[in-house]
Amino acid sequence: MDLLDFARGPALTFAGAVFVLGTLWRLSGVLLLPRLRDLSPPREGAPAPWRGALGTVLRRMWPRREFLDRTMFSTVNSYVFHIGLAVTVFGLAPHILFIRNFSGLSWPALPSNVVFAVGVITLVSLFAALARRLTHPVLKLLSHTGDYLSWALTTLPVLTGLLATAHLGARYETLLALHILSIAAFLIWFPFGKLMHAFLFVFSRGATGVRFSHRGVKA
Amino acid sequence: MSTAAAKSPAFDQQGTQSDAQRVDAAMRSFVREFGVTAALHMESCVRCGMCAEACHFHVATGEAKYTPVYKLELFRRAYFREASPFAPLVRLLGLVKPPSIGELQQWQELIYGSCTVCGRCTMICPMGIDIAELVKEARHGMFKAGLIPERLALMDRAAQQWGSTATPGEDLPDILREVSEEHGVEIPCDLDSAEMLVTAAPAELGDHTKALAAAAKVLNRAGIRWTMHQGGFDAANIGFNNGDLELQERLTRSIIDTAIKIGANTVLLPECGHAYGAARWEAAKWYGQALPVRIIHMTEFLDEMLAAGRIKVKPIGQSATFHDPCQIVRRGGLEAAARRVVAALGFELIELKDHGIAGYCCGGGGGVVSNVRATPLRHKVFEIKRAQIDATGAERFVTSCGQCRITLEQGAKQARWTKPVESLLELVADNLAD
Repeated sequence: MDLLDFARGPALTFAGAVFVLGTLWRLSGVLLLPRLRDLSPPREGAPAPWRGALGTVLRRMWPRREFLDRTMFSTVNSYVFHIGLAVTVFGLAPHILFIRNFSGLSWPALPSNVVFAVGVITLVSLFAALARRLTHPVLKLLSHTGDYLSWALTTLPVLTGLLATAHLGARYETLLALHILSIAAFLIWFPFGKLMHAFLFVFSRGATGVRFSHRGVKA
Repeated sequence: MSTAAAKSPAFDQQGTQSDAQRVDAAMRSFVREFGVTAALHMESCVRCGMCAEACHFHVATGEAKYTPVYKLELFRRAYFREASPFAPLVRLLGLVKPPSIGELQQWQELIYGSCTVCGRCTMICPMGIDIAELVKEARHGMFKAGLIPERLALMDRAAQQWGSTATPGEDLPDILREVSEEHGVEIPCDLDSAEMLVTAAPAELGDHTKALAAAAKVLNRAGIRWTMHQGGFDAANIGFNNGDLELQERLTRSIIDTAIKIGANTVLLPECGHAYGAARWEAAKWYGQALPVRIIHMTEFLDEMLAAGRIKVKPIGQSATFHDPCQIVRRGGLEAAARRVVAALGFELIELKDHGIAGYCCGGGGGVVSNVRATPLRHKVFEIKRAQIDATGAERFVTSCGQCRITLEQGAKQARWTKPVESLLELVADNLAD
């Protein structure tokens, strides 16, 4: 078994299992905790809890105007690498093929040169995020080892993907194997660190939405 | 600063627990707080640091340690070691250290001295983490560990003994008689039966008696059958701020039980933010069911009385700006009600640059106004508000929380800024029309 076979086979299977089981474990471990019902009467005209939750989930997709000035870099840069990651993961034809193979779902691909360009922008944006984390006093204080690991394991698939596409640095098969292994590492780490926010954000925002909409506040 | 002052610890301790017992008490309490919402919020932080940009303490000083989510660091560690889905793994691998007594002691400055539980950080967080609520929950553990600022502990002890931080209940009739005579307004006390139980903030029984008289004028004009009562009269609920859950429950019960005893259908809360937080949103949890009485804030009451035509006001006809008290507006939902009352007074409202649910805190909520170590920090925060008020060019400055008024008045005095901080209630009472 060569490196590419290993990456495509046992490595990816193991990583997928850790990703699925770990994510389910963490989500259920939190969501099954006791829930204290709010017995106070809701504000007159308050929406149903699910509507309140949905409202906050959607509203937090963009920042409030009042906060934009002070958070401009983080806001813009976060949009860039999140959208960039979505475009590169879901827009490239080989990725869509891979997803179709295990899920049956598929959609039209974007031109590969467009995805490549977006990948480069994403990579630059991710390095900008790292530079800020390493230099901004607040981010330096807040950051844990896990945050840097999350950054590295998000960046590696982008970097290896670009190298593989550009046939730069090694044989294509080797680069592809490294790309798949970096994705496997990403999937293995996903349930344990902050990458889980990809799922948690809905519940976290939703919980605040329920609390505040009950009080008549559009949080 | 003298050498002695420089060496004095920046924290206080209460009780005779050993260090190990304090850590144990804090940890036990922390772990009890982690229901589904708290756990979701502990899990979801991506350390983006945006919350720092919403916090008046960080904005005023630029200091990283005032980043709201950093104020939860020990609470976070307790969560991941003891309550998270991977807690056994975290402990086994020693990934997160348990908080030490030294860390808990130093934490007092962040959890009590530089967080007003205003929740502006909650509004900026892209994950929607309600940081303010988590700080409040973390305070429960600090109280259990006997690690709260001594000034707050003193108020706690007074409230445990008297049911109020201001005065024993038995002195209430005398105080009300004096206020009644001074302001020429009837204030019923200890009636056996009334439709509304009216409560006060501690300052209204001391320096701010005009607010109490103003409430009486409005209530009498509206024709309400009301009373104040020794059984439950101070709504500020120091237990809510301090993290003393037993006291919070006792103070809450004293008010609700008194209301039920006299057959009241409504409890009227004073112009006090934390009173609203403690009673309106948290009282029912002590009873395990919906309360048989309605709880309303003074701003809601004024709004309803004006809308129903039970009181009328003469228009003042000047420009005014309004400070939104955090617990009443951002965490209370009364943004529109306050503005309707301002409009009824005929004010041309010029909004602060940051207002409504994104308004800046006065800097004194959550017990910070009573925390002497936080005084220099509060004064720095005052400059944010002062600059925004000055920028409006408004003739009058109005708010609807006595605690905010005290904080802002203290800031103004220190900054030699002369604009009076006016009470919405007092403005209504002073301008009642026939």
